[in-house]
Amino acid sequence: MKTKPTEAERIEMLRRAKLLTGAEGAAHAMRQINPDVFPVYPITPQTPIIQTFSKFVADGEASTEIINVESEHSAMSAAIGAATAGGRTMTATASQGLALMIENIYIAASMRLPIVLAIGNRALSGPINIHCDHSDSMLARDSGVIQFFVENAQEAYDFMIMSVPLAENHDVLLPVLVGQDGFTITHTAEPILLEEDEDVQNFVGEYEIPYPLLNLQKPTTQGPFDMPDYYFEHKRQQQAAMDAVPDAFDTVANHYAALTGRRYDAIEEYRLEDAERAIVVMGSSAGTMKEVVDDLREQGEAVGLLKVRMFRPFPTKKVREALGHVQKVAVLDRAMSFGSKGPLYMEVAEALFGAGPSMQNYVFGLGGRDLFPADIRQVFENLKNPEEMREMQYIGIRE
Amino acid sequence: MMKEIRWHGRGGQGAKTVSELVALALMHHGYFVQAFPEYGPERSGAPLQAYTRSSDEPIRLHCGVTDPDLVVVLDDSLLHEIRVTEGLKPEGFILVNTKKTKEALRLQLGFDGTLYCINADKIAVETGLLYSNVVMAGALGGILGNPPLEDLKRAAEEFLSIKLSPKIVEINLKAIEAGFRESQHMEELA
Repeated sequence: MKTKPTEAERIEMLRRAKLLTGAEGAAHAMRQINPDVFPVYPITPQTPIIQTFSKFVADGEASTEIINVESEHSAMSAAIGAATAGGRTMTATASQGLALMIENIYIAASMRLPIVLAIGNRALSGPINIHCDHSDSMLARDSGVIQFFVENAQEAYDFMIMSVPLAENHDVLLPVLVGQDGFTITHTAEPILLEEDEDVQNFVGEYEIPYPLLNLQKPTTQGPFDMPDYYFEHKRQQQAAMDAVPDAFDTVANHYAALTGRRYDAIEEYRLEDAERAIVVMGSSAGTMKEVVDDLREQGEAVGLLKVRMFRPFPTKKVREALGHVQKVAVLDRAMSFGSKGPLYMEVAEALFGAGPSMQNYVFGLGGRDLFPADIRQVFENLKNPEEMREMQYIGIRE
Repeated sequence: MMKEIRWHGRGGQGAKTVSELVALALMHHGYFVQAFPEYGPERSGAPLQAYTRSSDEPIRLHCGVTDPDLVVVLDDSLLHEIRVTEGLKPEGFILVNTKKTKEALRLQLGFDGTLYCINADKIAVETGLLYSNVVMAGALGGILGNPPLEDLKRAAEEFLSIKLSPKIVEINLKAIEAGFRESQHMEELA
């Protein structure tokens, strides 16, 4: 629940803040992390991330080797090379750029390379569109990467930093995608609290990969051909790495909370404890929904919100615990899986299987279509009679 | 209490810059803020909107602004093609950069709420600037009393110094002051 700060608290909170966009926040995180290698290709709405970071490097505020490549496919290829050699590696992309990276993202995940990617979530072509939805990140859903969706610029900054020790945890060693909503977060300026450079550097620590390719004392073969006799076992090991993520993330989140006072979980429960009706969502729209939940609560309606931050690995158990007591649940997807229900809905339905809540699935915000408080109030209203809307619903669409 | 400002300008006139500059000044003055432009196919001269939100509570809304408290128009040629008063709250006001008289503008807008006119282009040229966006920021601060002039100038210095030379920043500060001063005589017009 939101508590209104006093004027003195407000001034104290804002005294330390910087007015930055989510893209700039991600770039500041990268400046402080100071990765060894950053192969990259520009694409809207991610471009301000690499533009801001390139300026930091040009000004000597970070010593990263930036590799300007000719496409995102090459960006990810170079990232794989750099990470295999033993360099801390990051990159950034969006939409078609992520689509072009995908085949190499599968390879990075299977080679267990802890590459952190900043994503400015954007619709996929066609038709061509530059605005936000989550279709691009959903392309990477089954690739073996850890996936976050953040709500605001502060989370964009914080998750870029937390992703580094998470990715590099030796039980994990997986790429991480930190998705921030294109334009809505990448291009919106908000107050962000930045930590001290030195504190961030200590937090992420030195990069230690267990088997760097360039260690001539301990030669290894990496990325070889795999026959039916071993391929399956290697894929099984990727699942084991994913299974290690929740504990590893808890440790990272605890350390980060000790440093910053901001404790993050894979999910965020908002006024759910006694809720009868709830919405599940990812990304920036969660903020707008919190306002609606507060308004409806004031009118005596028992409503709540579940924000999912970590989409891969999906926090199935936590979602079940958070929603098990809720009678009616609407899942709002910002992507489609044509011919089926939304990707987030499928996960929540699996988490709640046999647990009881009636469920509805909505698609919203494709290609940047805005989601207003009135739309959200209507979803809560519809939830009063969930049986009447079993089919997929579309918010704010002209039929 | 949330306040929402909608800025109307043309690509290249600094609507996005001024939306962030005013947000920064309000943040220095102790308000939570948000500033964002509305992106379309961007090209120089095309109409565009930018927004500034401020509140005494953390801002969690991430949807567009539909019913602003204040509207600022950086270029009165937009009045022919954009309904700049759309959604404007009845108790809100509109501030227009124009050479026209208030009466002529009121007729053109078909708007009977509070209207402020300022010839910001003239002030900008007199101070040595091509664009009047910062003059409008000064005038807005003057009308509202918030953000105060010193916060506006501090924000402008911080924000504009990233891209502009100290000399040009100095001219911008003068333009903000001039806009602020002009707004102090605008009551007669209002």
